[in-house]
Amino acid sequence: MLRISCPFCGVRDHSEFSYGGDASVEYPALDASESEWVEAVFQRENLDGVQFETWQHIQGCRMWIVVERDTRSHAIHSVRPAHEGIARALNAEQDGVSAS
Amino acid sequence: MKPYSAWKVFVNGLTGQKGWDRAWRDPEPKTEYDVVIVGAGLHGLATAYYLAKNHGIKNIAVVEKGWLGGGNGGRNTTIVRSNYMLPGNREFYEHSLKLWENLSHDLNYNVMFSQRAHVTLLHSPAARDGAARRYNTMRLTGSDGELWDLETLKRNIPHLNYSADARFPIIGAMAQPRAGTARHDAVAWGYARGADQQGVDILQNCEVTGVARNGSTVTGLQTSRGVIRAKKIGFAVAGNTSRLWRMAELGKLPIESHKLQAFVSEPLKPLLDHVVVFGVGGAHFYISQSDKGGMVFGGDIDWYKSYAQRGNLPIVQDVAECATSILPCLGRVRLLRHWSGVMDMSMDGSPFICKTPLDNLYLNAGWNYGGFKASPASGWYFADLIANDRPDPVIANHTLDRFARGINIDERGAGPDPKLHG
Repeated sequence: MLRISCPFCGVRDHSEFSYGGDASVEYPALDASESEWVEAVFQRENLDGVQFETWQHIQGCRMWIVVERDTRSHAIHSVRPAHEGIARALNAEQDGVSAS
Repeated sequence: MKPYSAWKVFVNGLTGQKGWDRAWRDPEPKTEYDVVIVGAGLHGLATAYYLAKNHGIKNIAVVEKGWLGGGNGGRNTTIVRSNYMLPGNREFYEHSLKLWENLSHDLNYNVMFSQRAHVTLLHSPAARDGAARRYNTMRLTGSDGELWDLETLKRNIPHLNYSADARFPIIGAMAQPRAGTARHDAVAWGYARGADQQGVDILQNCEVTGVARNGSTVTGLQTSRGVIRAKKIGFAVAGNTSRLWRMAELGKLPIESHKLQAFVSEPLKPLLDHVVVFGVGGAHFYISQSDKGGMVFGGDIDWYKSYAQRGNLPIVQDVAECATSILPCLGRVRLLRHWSGVMDMSMDGSPFICKTPLDNLYLNAGWNYGGFKASPASGWYFADLIANDRPDPVIANHTLDRFARGINIDERGAGPDPKLHG
């Protein structure tokens, strides 16, 4: 069992989460060329080692998160909200708490 | 190398088993081969065997980082069937089943292929209609398939949970009588011995560490046992395809590596004569009984990408729940061991047997859950592709560019998400 530290709910079993996929994939603009879309939808690095990947806390807060995990050892190095704005707000709040 | 026979078994039984040769040689690598296959799993060994047998190419090596048959060839639930529906897959798996039917004779090695029928349970009229469509389509290309009503099913397998109070009551089954199981290790050993007899060098403990390129061709491999040059190279390393692909500096693939677990129980007296599949709602489960008596079973993949040959516990629980749900008599049976293999999960659940961006490099990959049953045909068509440098029409669409061309071969209709193609 992997234990994932959800930024909102705390440490939970991975069976509460649903695996998304490679978080390094960036989707192109809607009017981008077909080959760019083929690349984003179908082609994967499939790294053996540390990768960033998306998970959804589907049986918890339902937020999407980005997990930095080693695909050989399953060791998890970091977790953050997938939404950049939420990640920034959460960081700011935590910095505020530690400063006070 | 002398052929095996019942007479030899008899004679050696009387003379202290001293008359047997080793089954294959342990040669030193030559500096150059006509064809080098990477991966001495079932697909790689079968490819070497058919390259020698069907195409007369003898100067072949199969390189393997561990020992032959030590990857997914030894980590599966040994089910053989051809109940696929889409064009290409249908002809491919039916050809594979036909090869299985004669494999023991062909290899002069008993692979213990047992055509005990593959029985998929049905739980709703809609599922029955879907099964009728699938099996009628299969019959168009010569595969066998039958719909069993509840009475036929009960006559064949009396001890399933037929309770009307079950979460998913059983209403019948679809069956493929020619399907069954085989002894997975024997398949690896049989192909290895057959290839070796025709002069193929099987190089174990020979890990590929680099792929040497000259422009748009490959010239050889750096391995832990030295440099090996080759006129043609074939990759057959499902699970690790992306790693080798990166060594050849070819970029990305429509593949993710996921792990699939399998389980075997303590040996029991004869209990189950068929392969039984239970798949409804969130359940996905398949079970048969080995010749040693162990119940061999498995379920879904672990749902997240991994290169670790190590399974997780939620799937153990999931599979145990499925087992006791359809065969409550297994409730107190103990698990003997379980293992996990790394699968190439492709973007549409179908494999690749194709040419690559490099002129003399060929790819055999993306077997998802289906690698074991496919081994003979996979070797057959991959050998044909390598020998003739063009695909047979049956595998013409099993290419890497099928996604760009919009001709995905998606049996489940699950879309481009590798983990969903179980």
